[in-house]
Amino acid sequence: MIKHFFNLEWKSFFRAAAFKQNIAFKIFIGFFAFLLLVEAAGLGAGSFFLLENLIEDGKIQAANPLDIVNRFMIYWFFMDLFFRFMIQKMPVANIKPLLYLPFTKGKIVQYALLKTVISFFNLLPGFFFIPFSVVLLFQGYDPMGVISWHMAMLGITLSLNFLNIFLNNLNKVFYPVAALVVMAAVAQYYGLFDITIYTQPIFDFFYEQAWSFVIPVITAVVLGVIAYRYFLSQLYLDAGLSTKAEEAKTENLDFLNRFGNISTYLKNDIKLIKRNKRARTTFIMGFLFIFYGLFFVAGVYGDSNFGKIFAALFCTGGFLFSFGGLVPSWDSSYYKLMMSQNIPYRDFLLSKWWLMVIVTAISTVLSLWYVYFGWDWLYAVLAGAVYNIGFNSSVVLLGGAYVKTPIDLTSNKKAFGDSKAFNAKTLLLIIPKMILPVLIYYAFALTINSAAGFIAIAVTGLLGLLFRNRIFTLIESIYKNEKYDTIAAYAQKD
Amino acid sequence: MITINQLSKKYNGVPVLDIEHLEIPKGQAVGLVGNNGAGKTTLFSLLLDLIQPSSGHILNNEIQVNKSEEWKPFTSAFVDESFLIGYLTPEEYFYFIGELRGQNKADIDAMMDEYANFFNGEAIGQKKYLRDLSKGNQKKVGIVAALIGNPEVIILDEPFANLDPSTQIRLKTIIKKLAEDANTTVLVSSHDLQHVTEVTQRVVLLEKGKVVLDKEKTAGTFNELETYFKGISENYAQVAAAEEE
Repeated sequence: MIKHFFNLEWKSFFRAAAFKQNIAFKIFIGFFAFLLLVEAAGLGAGSFFLLENLIEDGKIQAANPLDIVNRFMIYWFFMDLFFRFMIQKMPVANIKPLLYLPFTKGKIVQYALLKTVISFFNLLPGFFFIPFSVVLLFQGYDPMGVISWHMAMLGITLSLNFLNIFLNNLNKVFYPVAALVVMAAVAQYYGLFDITIYTQPIFDFFYEQAWSFVIPVITAVVLGVIAYRYFLSQLYLDAGLSTKAEEAKTENLDFLNRFGNISTYLKNDIKLIKRNKRARTTFIMGFLFIFYGLFFVAGVYGDSNFGKIFAALFCTGGFLFSFGGLVPSWDSSYYKLMMSQNIPYRDFLLSKWWLMVIVTAISTVLSLWYVYFGWDWLYAVLAGAVYNIGFNSSVVLLGGAYVKTPIDLTSNKKAFGDSKAFNAKTLLLIIPKMILPVLIYYAFALTINSAAGFIAIAVTGLLGLLFRNRIFTLIESIYKNEKYDTIAAYAQKD
Repeated sequence: MITINQLSKKYNGVPVLDIEHLEIPKGQAVGLVGNNGAGKTTLFSLLLDLIQPSSGHILNNEIQVNKSEEWKPFTSAFVDESFLIGYLTPEEYFYFIGELRGQNKADIDAMMDEYANFFNGEAIGQKKYLRDLSKGNQKKVGIVAALIGNPEVIILDEPFANLDPSTQIRLKTIIKKLAEDANTTVLVSSHDLQHVTEVTQRVVLLEKGKVVLDKEKTAGTFNELETYFKGISENYAQVAAAEEE
């Protein structure tokens, strides 16, 4: 029995469409994945020393590194749960074919639950906690305490894993809780209210009382059993295995008719974003990029304008990069229709272009508060916005022309990056998107002054507008050349 | 209306379609029959320029389909569910296609009324997105959408599959009406020989990518087709039996 399940998993992994890449790419991705795990492990081991340094420098007030980790552990687990909720789904699709076969239902559920346990979401925390605990042991922390703490962390991770199985259908509970957590984090940042004062003792307790790890471990076991029962009761085509149909809501978008010919497509694109999980996630993620600049406000980039320009491009263009780079894949599920209908390609592109421009303009307004960190930030945001609207909006569409990854609109899988969406040509296009504006800035800032640098970026963006139609003509010819390959690629299912 | 010359399609050197010449005059309704893998869908995909011919070409109203896109305004098709936009309601989908084909909202509303009988109270007005409809209802929507804007060439791949018996009967009436229209050329494929012989004026039988039978429909056509397919299945059985020995 287990042999069969294992065999299925093996095939589903190695026959996934993502694996049908050329060998060089596989090696590249394999190497990258390896690097990521090494980095996570390095972070786990290194964070102890990093925190220790920060304490010695007096930047953080704490007794020792474990103290800090315990303090912020509550946020770690909330993030963990958040990402699980967003991405981790029960492997329902693979279960249906098993139902008709001579397996007991219990076995099928065990298999499904085991699959969730051996998922990336549980492996990655392992790669942090294990090296961190090992360092703790070497640093002379009480071995019993460390082991207890470690077991407790793994117990909580597993508990969250099982908890997520019921949470899957509870949007109404989840989003208010998530909002509360964000509010708690903001309140803590401004020193209004510190939730960690109440939660830190819990995590300290696991270290101080060596027996206490049994509490989370038992919780994990109990939640596992409940998840098993819950899942077993849901194992019917019209219960847990059904795909939920949301009620269709029609909205009046006739005000968009002022866009003329392209309004037909623009209306469709807005519905595309509103009604499809994957597109909606991309849209929201695009707005979250507004806060990306906070990483550059302080830190390793110090006061250099390099960081400001880079941040400004992302703050204003988050949606532009994440959405535009996947045009026309958004329409992949009905691409044959688009290709056999009476659709001028330019109008189709223009609609996407307008959508990106409008959202970029909104993001820009929402990014204006960076002026709080200095006037240079405002200039960077404005210059970056003009560059994004004028130049990058066309360049991302050009990059998208080489991407032939079908998108499953209804699933959030791969919403955070798709290995197939990377190829040499899209990587090359990072140069005009990201590096060129920085170079332009320094060309003028070093010879004249920083104001001239910002103006030069904006002017390049405006020049890009003039070249838009030429870039569009180029994109059109690429589409025509690759039409048959694209149709064939989109017809493939993962 | 449609002229096919020396058309072939090969995958890795294996021919899946090879038609020397086929001429479909304007206004004719042609039924395409053949077993799985005979090349029906390949032919339709070539007609819509969704795949490239290995050799030869198709002229649609004197326009070579893989060279120019001028055939698109007067040609419409429903081949499979990849012609449907899953996140739209059926009504929105009709309006969308209508806008592409120069029809206004009132035209589309009138058309939906006209086909209300065909929808049979399902599919339309259900507050459901296309992706959540049953296969049969999706098909109904796709077929009706292909009729929007009075196209001169209509291509329907297996329109009868997945439909309930009553809807099949209604669809036959619709296709017969189109067949009688001297301006509308219709291409329909089906595995149901009865349906095809009933609604079309001419039947083309494909086998392993080649045209093996091409006839104006007469009273005896159905029997002729049935005899042919029976022959294939018996021949195959004999070959298989011989191989086993």
